[in-house]
Amino acid sequence: MYFPIVAGVFRRKVGEVKAVDDVSFDIFEGETLGLVGESGCGKSTVGRSILRLYDITAGEISIDGAAIGQISGSTLRRMRPAMQMVFQDPQASLNPRMTVASIISEPLEEHTSLSPEDKLDRVGSLMDSVGLNRDFMNRYPHEFSGGQRQRIGIARALALNPRFIVCDEPIAALDVSIQAQVINLLEDLQAELGLTYLFISHDLSMVRHLASRVAVMYLGKIVELAPRDTLYESPRHPYTQALLSAVPEPDPEREAHRERIILKGDVPSPANPPKGCTFCTRCPKVMDVCRTVPPAPSLLGDGHEVACHLYPSGSGLGNETGTNTEA
Amino acid sequence: MLNYTIRRLLFTIPVLLFISFIVFLLLDLAPNDPTGNLPLTIPPDVRERIRQSLGLGEPIHVRYFLWCVQFFVNEPLNILEQWTGLQFGSGDRLRVQSWATRSPVVDLIVERMPQTLWVVGMSYVVGIIIAIPIGVISAYRQYSWFDQAGTFVSMVGFSVPTFFTGVLMIVVFSVHLDWFPSIYDTTHRVTDWQSFWFQVRQMIMPVSVLALFNAAQISRFMRASMLDNLSQDYVRTARAKGVREPVVLLVHVLRNSLIPVVTVIALGIPQVFGGAIITEQVFKVNGLGQLLIIGIQGADIPLVQTLTFIFAVLIVFFNLIADLLYGILDPRIRYE
Repeated sequence: MYFPIVAGVFRRKVGEVKAVDDVSFDIFEGETLGLVGESGCGKSTVGRSILRLYDITAGEISIDGAAIGQISGSTLRRMRPAMQMVFQDPQASLNPRMTVASIISEPLEEHTSLSPEDKLDRVGSLMDSVGLNRDFMNRYPHEFSGGQRQRIGIARALALNPRFIVCDEPIAALDVSIQAQVINLLEDLQAELGLTYLFISHDLSMVRHLASRVAVMYLGKIVELAPRDTLYESPRHPYTQALLSAVPEPDPEREAHRERIILKGDVPSPANPPKGCTFCTRCPKVMDVCRTVPPAPSLLGDGHEVACHLYPSGSGLGNETGTNTEA
Repeated sequence: MLNYTIRRLLFTIPVLLFISFIVFLLLDLAPNDPTGNLPLTIPPDVRERIRQSLGLGEPIHVRYFLWCVQFFVNEPLNILEQWTGLQFGSGDRLRVQSWATRSPVVDLIVERMPQTLWVVGMSYVVGIIIAIPIGVISAYRQYSWFDQAGTFVSMVGFSVPTFFTGVLMIVVFSVHLDWFPSIYDTTHRVTDWQSFWFQVRQMIMPVSVLALFNAAQISRFMRASMLDNLSQDYVRTARAKGVREPVVLLVHVLRNSLIPVVTVIALGIPQVFGGAIITEQVFKVNGLGQLLIIGIQGADIPLVQTLTFIFAVLIVFFNLIADLLYGILDPRIRYE
């Protein structure tokens, strides 16, 4: 996913931001893939590209074997019910002039031919399932608290019985106490409806709680992807190691002895990324080869994938079914 | 909302009284003379007697009080009598009279109102009808050739004064092409298709000159408001729902964008009643704007005072309407 940079009087294209570059991964049915990384590394762009809220520059996305990377217009619109998104800002992502009932029922309006009573019934049962009082149906989003608004957002995403939901930092804008409620709700819904999640977050402990596999992004690329426990217990990529060392420890005894890996310098501009490995400018274990050759992802067994020259490429990657993206 | 409206209406009473007093003071301080337009052969002592007979000998607070009685008591009673046919008191009340024409000011206003409402009001409506689609398309296709052209036309409409565009249109369409009459005929009555067609032809030029000006303003507001809303998260939500693009644009974005634009439109309506003074002069439409100009030139203080005050009432009133509309359109705003 490249975004053009335009400048000057005539708005000529002078370059491009490689927001997401050469990313390829699978999400298996019924699992939660956590996607973590620092601000601006392209997490949200990945989520939006998968749902085709952006037109991808190159590559392919497939859901259930159906390629959706290049389709558009009404073909894409007909695919929408299968894939939905829960947005980060529950206030801004709800139309302030629509009541809760019309927000939740609008997808039903577009994609189904239910009668008005059935629609209302469906809205009511959706509100029940996300723990909102049905009586609030005719209220406006601004009359709810942040957690309740996020529940509205989730109810809306569930309206069309999607199989795959991208959660784009759904808890980042909420209080910690409310975060737990929303996370539990997402877990319950997954168990009940067999949903598949792509859970984008920068909260490493929440991802550890929720995800079955975790992908770590840095500057538009996935640097490491592994099952949750493998990743948290034995991170291989130097960036993942640094990232995990930043997670605070609740036990003050252990917190005092926590060894932090402090990265020096700033993230390079995605408009002008380093030539070799994107992390070579800040990597504590940088080698000469890192500055010239971009590392290829290597499989370390047990579904653990790392893109780093410290771990030379081994066997090739198996291609599984599920959601696959390359943007 | 009802309580709020009543409270606001009550609050307008002192505001309007204050405005009327300020206007009265300003007119009194202005160095004009109701006898200034009379022939120079009239001797000074006769002029002085004319002034005395107009009541200018009284001190200012007495004159202001008398105007208040005439305007706030006598005129409303008079209107009530006309509407209901009832008789209040003797019916022999002093009305606000124009010094120049010796006829009641309210009658003059009622006479002039239709021309102004037709020409200026129509131009406002036409302006809005043109401006909203232009604003919507300009924002949706930002930086496209349509947007650039729209911006250019808005700049022209904004910056070129109506006395220039009006005269230009007269030169082109009346003098050279001879399509439309250059003078608006107020006595014209619409009786059949032919006279209707004549009415349309004589309205086209003044209406389009003013509509260009109005559309320039409103389309800019519309575009800015649309751009503001197009980048909001809820638009992305709507697209993610799989809503059709026209619905995204017209239901989600346009409805939210119209909130500030409707306010701007409501606030502009008093200007319609005020008439477009310059444009009415150019096309010789004898509407309210022209009446005001004549009144000012002839130092016709009761006429100017009453007209200015009515404009002030309309402005205050439409401000209230704009506030109430905001409350109706935007569910986030509630008045207590």
